Amino acid sequence: MRTTSFFIVCLVVAAAVFGASVAIGNDYVFFAGYVVLQYIVLSTAWNILGGYCGYVNFGTAAFFALGAYSTVALYKVMTDTDFYGLPLPVLIVIGGAVSGIVGFGMGYLTLRLRGAFFAIATLALAVVLQTLVVNWDYVGGSRGAYILRPENVPIIGSYIKYLFLIMLLLAVVALSVARLIEHSRLGYGLATIRDDELAAEAAGVPTLKLKLIATTISGALMGMAGAPFPYYIGYLQPDSTFGLDYAVNSIAMPLIGGTTSWLGPLIGAILLGSLQQIATVTISSAVNLLVVGVILVLFVILAPNGIIGLVHTYWQHKPEDFVGRRKVETESPEAVP
Amino acid sequence: MTDLLIIENLGKRFGGFVALENISLSVTPGERLGLIGPNGSGKSTLVNCICGTLRNERGSVHFDGRSINGLAAHQRTHLGLARSFQLPRPFLSLNLMDNVRIPLLYTVGARGTRRSTGDIETRCVDLLREVGLDAKARRMPKDLTQVEMRKLELARAMASEPKLLIADEAMAGLTHSEVEEILTLLVRLNEQGVTVILIEHIMRAVMSFSRRIVVLVSGKKIADGLPDDVMRDPEVERAYLGQ
Repeated sequence: MRTTSFFIVCLVVAAAVFGASVAIGNDYVFFAGYVVLQYIVLSTAWNILGGYCGYVNFGTAAFFALGAYSTVALYKVMTDTDFYGLPLPVLIVIGGAVSGIVGFGMGYLTLRLRGAFFAIATLALAVVLQTLVVNWDYVGGSRGAYILRPENVPIIGSYIKYLFLIMLLLAVVALSVARLIEHSRLGYGLATIRDDELAAEAAGVPTLKLKLIATTISGALMGMAGAPFPYYIGYLQPDSTFGLDYAVNSIAMPLIGGTTSWLGPLIGAILLGSLQQIATVTISSAVNLLVVGVILVLFVILAPNGIIGLVHTYWQHKPEDFVGRRKVETESPEAVP
Repeated sequence: MTDLLIIENLGKRFGGFVALENISLSVTPGERLGLIGPNGSGKSTLVNCICGTLRNERGSVHFDGRSINGLAAHQRTHLGLARSFQLPRPFLSLNLMDNVRIPLLYTVGARGTRRSTGDIETRCVDLLREVGLDAKARRMPKDLTQVEMRKLELARAMASEPKLLIADEAMAGLTHSEVEEILTLLVRLNEQGVTVILIEHIMRAVMSFSRRIVVLVSGKKIADGLPDDVMRDPEVERAYLGQ
C-alpha cells in the first residue's frame, strides 16, 4: 500500500473512531481517549529511534515536556502581548520544531554512545531540562503554570472534543511517518544500524547521519504530542510533565506490541493505554505503573518480540509449513538413506 | 599504471602497544594480493585502518588517486573499497535479499546511479545467484550454514561494486571443498576486474590464489614479493616455524 492510501485509510479509521466517541455522548470518553492517543503518538515516536534503530531513549518525558513548555511559553507571550493569534495546530508545529532541534542536538552529543550508555545520557537530558524548567520563572518554575482553555470551539463543540480530534490527527500523522520510514531506504538503513553498526558502515550506510535523522523525527513527534498537553491538563507542573510514566510507557508499549513495525506501538499503546485508563477508574490511579510493570515482565519472559512477534511465530509454525518441510525432505536425495 | 591503493608509513598504536609500524604497501589495479602473518601480527588492524573502522595515527592511505585519511568507513565504501569481515556480520533482522540490497541502496545509489526498485530487485537476485544463495533469497541469515554465511558476506561486499575487495579470512574454519568454492568465487571476481586482497591462514588457498604475497609479523612488514620467493625467505620461515 502506498503511503498516501495508508494515510487516507488511517484518516477514515480516525473519523470512525471520532464518530463512535461522539455517539457514546460522554465527555469522559474524550478525556480518556486523549491519553491513549497521546501514547500512540509517543510510543510510535519512541519506536522510530528505539525500535527501528535500536537506540533506547529514556528521555521521552523530556521531549514531551519541551513541547508542553514551548506551548506554555508561547501562551505567556500571548497573554503578555494580548495577541491570541496562535491556534493550537501552530503551537503543535512550534513544539515539534523545538523538540526536533533538541533531539538533533542530543543526537549529535550522545549518538557516539551505545547501549546502556546512550540510555543513561538520554535520562540525564531529562534531568537537565527539568532543572532548567524548574528554575525558569517565566513558565511558572516549580510552582507550575495555569493555562485557561476556551470553553468551546466553533463547529466541534467542547474544547476536549477539539483536543481529542487534534490528537487523533497527530496519531494518524505519526503512524504514517513511521510506516513511510519503515518501507523506505531510511528504514533499511536504520535496521542495519540496529543489527550491526560496523557492518552497516562497511556497506556504505552513513550511520551517524541516519541516527541524527531518527532522533530528530522521533524528538519532533514527541514534542508535537506534548504541545497540546497544557490545554488538556489546565495546570502544568514540572514534576508530572517530566514524570517517569511517559518514559516507561513509551518504552513498554512498543515492546509489548512489537518494535519492528508501525503496528506494534499502535497495538501496545491501545492495549496498555486503555488498561491503564480502566485501572485508574476502577482500582486507583496508583496502580497504573504497576500494571505496566507486570505486563512488561510477562512479555519480556513469554513474548520478547511482542504481540507482533507472537503472531509471526504462530504463522511460521502453521501446519502448511510442516508439509512444506516434509516435501523438501522427500525431494532431496541426501535425505533418503 | 598508477597504483590503486598506496599505504605510506602507516602506524597504529593501542595505548602502549604498537599494532602497526611503518607499513608501506601499494596495490596495482587487478592484482591478487595475499596478506599473511601469524595471529596478532596486525593483519586485521591493517584492514581496519584501510577501511576506516580504525583511524591510523601516522602515515597515509591513498585510494584511487586521492587521500582517504580521515574519511569515515561509509565514505570509503562509496569510493570503491569493500571488505568482508573475519567473523561474518550479516544483518540478522533482514533476509538475504535485503542484506545485499543495503549496499545497492546506500553505496551504488550514492554514486549517482539511481535504479528503479525493480532493477535493484533483479540485481539482488543476480548477486545471490553468483554465490549460489538464490534459492534462499527470502530466508534469514540465521538459517545459513557457515560457508553460506561467508558467501553472503562476499555477496554483500560485491553488491557495492567495489574496485578493491578485502577478504578478511573468508575461509577460516571451512572444509577443503568449501575453501575451493570460495576461491573460485574470488578468482571469478578478480577476472571481472576487481582487485582482491586476501587475508588468510590457509596457506594452500593463499598460494594458489595470490600473485604476490605480503607478510606481516608483529606489526611490521617483513616480506613482499612473488609467493615462491616469499616462502623461501628465511625471515618468513623464522616467523612461522620459529628457530
